[in-house]
Amino acid sequence: MLTLDCPYCGLAKDETELSYGGEAHLKRHGPGSSAAEMEEYLFTRENPKGLHFERWRCSAGCGKWFHAARCTVTMEVFGTYAAQTFEPPAEIKKAITAKRPGWTWRNFQ
Amino acid sequence: MSEPYVSVARLDGIAMITVRADLADKAVVKAVKTSTGMTVPATASALMDGDSGLGWMSPDELLVVCPETERAATVDGLTANLSKSHALVVDVSDARAVFELKGAAVRDVLAKLVPTDTHTDALPQNALRRTRFGQVAGAFWFQDATTVRIVCFRSVADYMHRMLDQSTAAGSEVFAT
Amino acid sequence: MSTRLQTGGRLIDRTTAQEFTFNGKRFKGFAGDTLASGLLANDQMLMGRSFKYHRPRGVVASGAEEPNALFNMGEDGRFEPNARATTTELFDGLTAGSQNHFPSLEFDIGAINAKLSRFLPAGFYYKMFIHPRPFWKYVYEPFIRQSAGLGKAPKARDDDHYEHFYHHCDVAIVGGGIAGLRAALIAGQAGLRVLVLEQTAHWGGRGPVDGATVGGQPAADWVDATVADLSAMENVVMRTRTMGAGVYDHGYLLGYERVADHTPGDGRPRHRLWRVRTKQIVTATGAIERPLAFAGNDIPGVMLASAVRDYVVNYAVSPGDRTVVVTNNDDAYRTALAIKDAGLDVPAIIDARPEGGGALMAQAIEAGIRVETGKGIAKVKGGKRVTGVGICAQAGEGAVLETIPCDVVAMSGGWSPVVHLWSHCGGKLFWDDAAAMFRPDASKPPLGSDGAGFVTVVGSADGHLHTTDILANTADAMGALVKTLGAKPGKLPALSGEDMPEAPLAPVWMMPQGASYALRSKAWLDYQNDVKVSDVQLAAQEGFESVEHAKRYTTLGMATDQGKLSNINGLAILSQSLNSDIPSVGTTTFRPPYHPISMSSLAGEATRDLFQPIRKTPMHDWHDANGADWEPVGAWRRPYAFPRGHETVEDAVHREVLNTRERLGLLDASTLGKLIVKGPDAGKFLDMLYTNMMSTLKPGRCRYGLMCNENGFLVDDGVVARLDDDTFLCHTTSGGADSIHAHMEEWLQTEWWDWKVWVVNATEQYAQVAVVGPNARKVLEKIGGMNVSKEALPFMGWADGELGGIACRAYRISFSGELSYEIAVPANRGLEFWEMLVDAGQEFGVMPYGTEALHIMRAEKGFIMIGDETDGTVIPQDLGLHWAISKKKEDFLGKRAQQRSFMDNPDRWQLVGLETVDGSVLGDGMLAVADGSNENGQRNTQGRVTSTYHSPTLGRGIAMGLVKDGPDRMGEMLDFMKLDGLTVKAKIVDPVFFDPEGEKQNV
Repeated sequence: MLTLDCPYCGLAKDETELSYGGEAHLKRHGPGSSAAEMEEYLFTRENPKGLHFERWRCSAGCGKWFHAARCTVTMEVFGTYAAQTFEPPAEIKKAITAKRPGWTWRNFQ
Repeated sequence: MSEPYVSVARLDGIAMITVRADLADKAVVKAVKTSTGMTVPATASALMDGDSGLGWMSPDELLVVCPETERAATVDGLTANLSKSHALVVDVSDARAVFELKGAAVRDVLAKLVPTDTHTDALPQNALRRTRFGQVAGAFWFQDATTVRIVCFRSVADYMHRMLDQSTAAGSEVFAT
Repeated sequence: MSTRLQTGGRLIDRTTAQEFTFNGKRFKGFAGDTLASGLLANDQMLMGRSFKYHRPRGVVASGAEEPNALFNMGEDGRFEPNARATTTELFDGLTAGSQNHFPSLEFDIGAINAKLSRFLPAGFYYKMFIHPRPFWKYVYEPFIRQSAGLGKAPKARDDDHYEHFYHHCDVAIVGGGIAGLRAALIAGQAGLRVLVLEQTAHWGGRGPVDGATVGGQPAADWVDATVADLSAMENVVMRTRTMGAGVYDHGYLLGYERVADHTPGDGRPRHRLWRVRTKQIVTATGAIERPLAFAGNDIPGVMLASAVRDYVVNYAVSPGDRTVVVTNNDDAYRTALAIKDAGLDVPAIIDARPEGGGALMAQAIEAGIRVETGKGIAKVKGGKRVTGVGICAQAGEGAVLETIPCDVVAMSGGWSPVVHLWSHCGGKLFWDDAAAMFRPDASKPPLGSDGAGFVTVVGSADGHLHTTDILANTADAMGALVKTLGAKPGKLPALSGEDMPEAPLAPVWMMPQGASYALRSKAWLDYQNDVKVSDVQLAAQEGFESVEHAKRYTTLGMATDQGKLSNINGLAILSQSLNSDIPSVGTTTFRPPYHPISMSSLAGEATRDLFQPIRKTPMHDWHDANGADWEPVGAWRRPYAFPRGHETVEDAVHREVLNTRERLGLLDASTLGKLIVKGPDAGKFLDMLYTNMMSTLKPGRCRYGLMCNENGFLVDDGVVARLDDDTFLCHTTSGGADSIHAHMEEWLQTEWWDWKVWVVNATEQYAQVAVVGPNARKVLEKIGGMNVSKEALPFMGWADGELGGIACRAYRISFSGELSYEIAVPANRGLEFWEMLVDAGQEFGVMPYGTEALHIMRAEKGFIMIGDETDGTVIPQDLGLHWAISKKKEDFLGKRAQQRSFMDNPDRWQLVGLETVDGSVLGDGMLAVADGSNENGQRNTQGRVTSTYHSPTLGRGIAMGLVKDGPDRMGEMLDFMKLDGLTVKAKIVDPVFFDPEGEKQNV
């Protein structure tokens, strides 16, 4: 049972107050996109043993979606950040680098 | 049956208005001040004075509490004053149920139902928390050091009431007094 | 025999006698007794029968590790199976019964299994029950079910209530012995928020029993003083009768408080589950003594040496007059001395070590006790009670040198730290060869959210068995922990104990070392599951080399005690059999809970009427008073129908449909979702969410819309009303309000966060009533207040106004095909409005109707229902809803997905109406069969029923279904397969069965 800091409430929230929303930083593909792009968008997901970027919602709280950078093995949380972004903010990347030098995840490193 | 160790009452006559607007927007803060005479509270906190007050619900959601008698005027005032901003004002008085818990052990009662840290260090008296009570969503704030008000959806008011009654029943005190 | 001693007993109160009943016999004990000590005081050594062989068993231990003394506790609403006598506090009126025997504890037919034990070794069940295959269902399974399980399942509803308690702190300490209390004092003085849990009713742990000294004080005095100091600290919460049950991610700890097990019926919650979030956990959980493996080590009267000491010192109970002590370490000598102190006889101490022990041995010899070194027990004599032991050379094969009569054997195989909580969340262990124990490996702790360790182990749980070591280790570990938490340590003088020098322990895994098969097959490892040394050796021989495999093959450690006594001995035997060493064999995985906890404590308050929240509309109580037959719709309860008098539910539904079609019906539609969507980009946003064009809707008008997910599948539908230029009100399905609200927020927050749109879920702000039927307008006109004429409020229009003095919004929408208004009023006035309609409607034949009549009327009209016609794999195109899919819009959620080849496939099953030839009602979900069969030999299908009802309007069965090429096959007959294998014929027809032109709704 995790606790994550909601970047909007500024509070540590219990997992039972949160909803999981799958992988973060997906790019939406709509009309005009290729079959391969749709497959990527709808179905292809990372399933890492280690660092992962996830979407969470403070559902029994402020209702806001946020992202979490987390290790799926140790449950270490490197940071949470607002969802209105296309990539993890620099300070999150820095926090990950400090613990997992040389990390990569999709196009991020 | 002996008396509950913290009293539970369902309150009527309290109106509630949801304002969706960017609470960091100065024009919005000003419009709220003009309409209610009150300042938008800080993150995760409330400013309450009896049956009137404001609660921070999210960075773009404000809870406005007022007596039932001031409801229509407050809705109209907020709507008018926020008309120039991107804002949505909705009267949600009928959608909510309000409970009041009163007693020295009020924090212990909360701690039976909400996963929030209820220790005074983590939950100051001006705090407002949106969380879950048992299996339903709810919010609460303090009226004073030993009085808490809880807001939930009206459809689950019976559930909330039963749960609060059970949690405050004599004999279920967590700490001896 | 076992009896109560005349004096002593540090935990009992001789002035308070307590009467209890065991197997119908009445016994007397004292306040402070456990059930186990109470039974022993009454010479009841035989306490149960083992699981497999039904061997007579007595109590072995004195705490949570007890494998044998399990009882059916209490009666009726307070009945509980598998309660441990050693952790059950005695109270006046307690009722207990033994388990797993027939017809009685003393004489048990199942004990025949023991005689057959030669034929029932490890893996017997797997080997025996595999052949012949057909025997499984009718012979083997019933037999196994008959013999499975120890206690009886409770039959009556639980009389008690339970609760949770969320607690947050800096340091949670599990265990209230010397180490735990000292740790609490250090953390408390540093100003940290501290929680201390102790599973028993008493603080202090083993120290006071063992006569330890702390800082020059007797342990008991030091404990009292420390508890007093801690109780005075506002930042420290102390809890007895509360077990640390499990350690989970991110500092989550479960504490299991047995509030009222010892005071049943006093109105307090029976158990309270502490759901603790803490920055750091300290486990001071102590250690558990290990049994020794020798033949007959399960005969009642063979007990752990520490347990014998506990019974004598804590409860003034003598387990027997003559106790032989057998050991491989110095600690058991304390038992011999304690027994001697109590005036009882110790015929001999059998020490497996050739050199014997240290200072304690000298004390024993001085006290006149005979000590035999380098010896072991070849065999215990006795049946339902120990009568003597045959001693032998430990290094030999078991030739009996001498038989010593006795009625108790106190054994000690050394101590195993309680590392369970450390291990629950991934803490690793190392094998300490000298001490012969697994100890927590501080370099590999369980990791918290910051990637650092969050569990610290102190005291004997960390492998320190002497008071001075325990105090030093606790001070060191806590000093580091206080620093980690950024607190300032308080000033505490260093403490030490007074420990006697001890000789090292000698690992003894089998006694004697070269025991024959006959002896090994009587040497028990797991008492509860009847696993012997020979079984583990057989498992190894048959190739179950992994400790996890050997465990499951033999069932070692799989009983309710989870191998607290048996694990280490078992894996030592396994490693010897494999010619390996203990660390490379490793341990099985420790999983929470540490000790069984009640299911009800996990449920907490969520039992009976609080099991699940039930959502109620403002008119709920009226419905209830008027005979509603309830149906769950999501968390809501909605009336399915309103049966009257002796009417059946079916009759009521029939009546409600006809009455609504002919006169006037009222439906409580309050549960429909109502989302207010506002902003300059609201139209653009709704165009993305719905398949239709919403931005072109005119204020004052309504439009039916469909919502799909990004996979293209239909997820919700409803009527959208445009309130003004930048405000819409979106109705969702009753079950969909919360999820569609979340869906909108998700897209606004995570994809189009620059769009100016706000959403508020106003579902519960309104009570909504559907006023339906030819008389609908008449009743509204009678109530009066607003113009509801065809001209003022045309079909698919809405208007704000007032009806009967109540502000309302009236929508001219119809889900039944009748003239219909849906009126939304403030929820607080919903009941008043409903009753007004019921009164005013009398002259127009008003009747309320429920969800089934609603469903039938919509099916008669061919309207789809989310969840009936859709199941997460259906796209709007399947349902003939092309008219609701905008061709003009460049994009909407699901548009691209619906262009995928599988979605675009003309072979997809499509919506049609179905009419049985004989007028009967098709079964829900029935499949239409096609020629041939698929590669699995199953009959091919070509369609299925999605909605099916008896139509009171048409007087026959009607159905909707999805059929391959359906719309092109009007008039064709299909065969639908019934459960009995017969088929029923149905004709493909238009899904609109009633009033296809819509003349009735548009008046």
